[in-house]
Amino acid sequence: MKNRVSITADDVMRDSGTEISMSDTKTVKNKKVDYSKWGYIFILPFFITFAIFQLIPLASTIYYSFFEYYRSGLRDIGPTFVGLDNYKTLFETDLPKYMGNTFILWLMGFLPQITVSLILAAWFTDVRLRIKGKQLFKVIIYMPNLIMASAFSMLFFALFSDIGPVNSFLVDSGILSKPYRFLAEVWGTRGLVASMNFLMWFGNTTIILMAAVMGINPSLFEAAELDGCNHRETFFYITLPNIKPILVYVFITSMIGGLQMFDVPQILTDGTGGPDRTSMTIIMYLNKHLFNKNYGMAGALSVVLFVVCAILCLCVYFSMNGEDNGKSKKRRDRDKL
Amino acid sequence: MKKVMKVGTALLLGATMVGLTGCGHKNIPAGVSVSNGGKVLNIWCWNEEFRSRFNDFYPGVAEVSSDKATTTLKDGTVVKWTINENVNNNYQNKLDEALIAQAKAAADDKIDMFLVEADYALKYVDSDYTLDIQKDIGLTKEELADQYQYTKDIVSVDGVQKGTTWQATPGLFAYRRSIAKAVLGTDDPDKVQEALANWDKFDEVAAKAHDKGYKMLSGFDDSYRTFSNNVSAPWVTGTTVNVDKNIMRWIEQTKAYTDKGYNNKTSLWDDGWASDQGADGDVFGFFYSTWGINFTLLGNAGEKGFGDWAVCYGPAPYYWGGTWLCAAQGTDNADDIKDIMEQLTCNTEIMESMTRDQEIQDYTNTISGMKDIAEDKNFGSDFLGGENHVALFSETAEKIDMSNISPYDQGCNELIQRAMKDYFNGNVDLDTAKQNFETSIKEAYPEITDVAWPT
Repeated sequence: MKNRVSITADDVMRDSGTEISMSDTKTVKNKKVDYSKWGYIFILPFFITFAIFQLIPLASTIYYSFFEYYRSGLRDIGPTFVGLDNYKTLFETDLPKYMGNTFILWLMGFLPQITVSLILAAWFTDVRLRIKGKQLFKVIIYMPNLIMASAFSMLFFALFSDIGPVNSFLVDSGILSKPYRFLAEVWGTRGLVASMNFLMWFGNTTIILMAAVMGINPSLFEAAELDGCNHRETFFYITLPNIKPILVYVFITSMIGGLQMFDVPQILTDGTGGPDRTSMTIIMYLNKHLFNKNYGMAGALSVVLFVVCAILCLCVYFSMNGEDNGKSKKRRDRDKL
Repeated sequence: MKKVMKVGTALLLGATMVGLTGCGHKNIPAGVSVSNGGKVLNIWCWNEEFRSRFNDFYPGVAEVSSDKATTTLKDGTVVKWTINENVNNNYQNKLDEALIAQAKAAADDKIDMFLVEADYALKYVDSDYTLDIQKDIGLTKEELADQYQYTKDIVSVDGVQKGTTWQATPGLFAYRRSIAKAVLGTDDPDKVQEALANWDKFDEVAAKAHDKGYKMLSGFDDSYRTFSNNVSAPWVTGTTVNVDKNIMRWIEQTKAYTDKGYNNKTSLWDDGWASDQGADGDVFGFFYSTWGINFTLLGNAGEKGFGDWAVCYGPAPYYWGGTWLCAAQGTDNADDIKDIMEQLTCNTEIMESMTRDQEIQDYTNTISGMKDIAEDKNFGSDFLGGENHVALFSETAEKIDMSNISPYDQGCNELIQRAMKDYFNGNVDLDTAKQNFETSIKEAYPEITDVAWPT
């Protein structure tokens, strides 16, 4: 080990020496390749796993999306090359509707989630409020996230059924004259899906945002206090601008999670996608094709989803890099110089 | 960067090649292969039912393991049970994979026998994965003569019978005696039957029940089977789905019942449906077949319901459910399979004892045996107030006509019930519901090109 360390130091010395004396170059280069080999070997496991579990499936998904390939009964039909037919069929179906559903369901859950999380994070980190039992609250609001989404969904299914406890309560207490059939109504079903997503994720988001707020230099808050800022002003002018990068992170992860929304609506609506397919998400639609091993259509749908995902990620990436301090990255680099 | 690109391209090419080679196989087993002398008999099913019948009634059973996972037969063969729950098509998905891999599996891992349900029986029967029970297994026409014809029709393709069952599942209309008395003034099965003899009369009674504050049916799917079993053509011909006039009649009737408040808007198997059968239910009756009355209804009704129920034929004969035994291609236990099928599905004595067992009361697949019980004055069900339901079942069983089944029945039945639920609930109009059915049926079966609605 000692030996190696000394060699490394030696190597660094020679490395810096390359600019001065060109005669040593050859040996130095050889040594360098020798060591970088280990670097590649160490990261090899990742690339092998990546290739086997990500790249090959991705490539074969794209490949099969140009084929008619499904199972009818116990017989495999195809694969027959059909060009872009799968894509054509896909866009002739209700795909835009399912994309809209996914977006609506995500937004209905995300808006209350971010609002409540911001408020809670601001309260819990506010030194002046001196809230007691912070730890307890943190644990409690995180709890719903520990339950498996499908189990949570089954619980809601039982709670909000036509003769379930929620309806019994609403009718017995005189709030409603007859049971509200949540799962037979478009906004009832969507509301349940959104509130489940909200309940499951607001605790997680609160904790992330709290970490972000606690990372802000306390002197900023003290200065604001001395300048006579009230809670609202502190929040909007100090807290919010300072946690922006984390907000963007929360936004991206939530959006990707939203695109992949599956288990909650799937179990709640028994795979039907709710009344008139209004709570059918893209992944539920994908599942419908995979159910009968329709690799062609499922492949085409996955490719579309992949492209949508990539575009959204790029948009966010550029907006994040571009908007820092209101200057572009280039500008900032120039400022640094 | 260039190097990375090169590696990436190579990997991508590699992946494509894997994809190319991976799709060369076609799932066609080669020829009929049947042999004897296998040490392990693998049986696949989706619940306890057959395993317990087998362990209790098959004479060849020597020993049952403590966890019930295996049963040892007197000839030394070990029966290995593989049970996969049926939820979300799980059983069929696993069975399909196993059957497709059957040719490559080791002899003791090969599936020897598997069970199928009526709605999808044809999928397996109309394939090379099942064996002819007469030619390949060795059951004779005489042995099978005492079985109900419809139980043979369901598992036959071009006259070749590829499965057999120990039960027949004719359906009846089970009604609550107390509500019948309040609505019709009588709870006598003959008189109630008279009042419900056809659909027009049924509708009249529904209106009467509504006036008295009761519901005729619990939900949307209750009467479905009585319509769908009496269609004039199979669901699918070629690549076209034909929606029968009788199915449209069901849609019409259910919509009318829903709008007029003749039902409780429940769906089959949901909690509301089950509680409608309980002590506080306000529903006149339920369409149920053999297993449904002795197992499901009895369980849901609870002790308070004992004696408050009765059965009558209802407006139309139908059947619902049932389990068939199929011998799998590639089995190495043909002799054992033959004996099991003979004893459990052709032996009148064994089957009669299943029906007479008060805890099972299964309606079994023996015409003569069921006739004996039907004429037996001492036989009756306590749950049904002493009524001899076997007598009614045996009437219906002979009227069932199953010539119009297709391999698509499961999907078509499930999907039309789901699509129409939105229409019944008033979320969409009939045309949208029809459109939704077309969309979902084409998703489920990509080969379907058209859906023809009756004009």
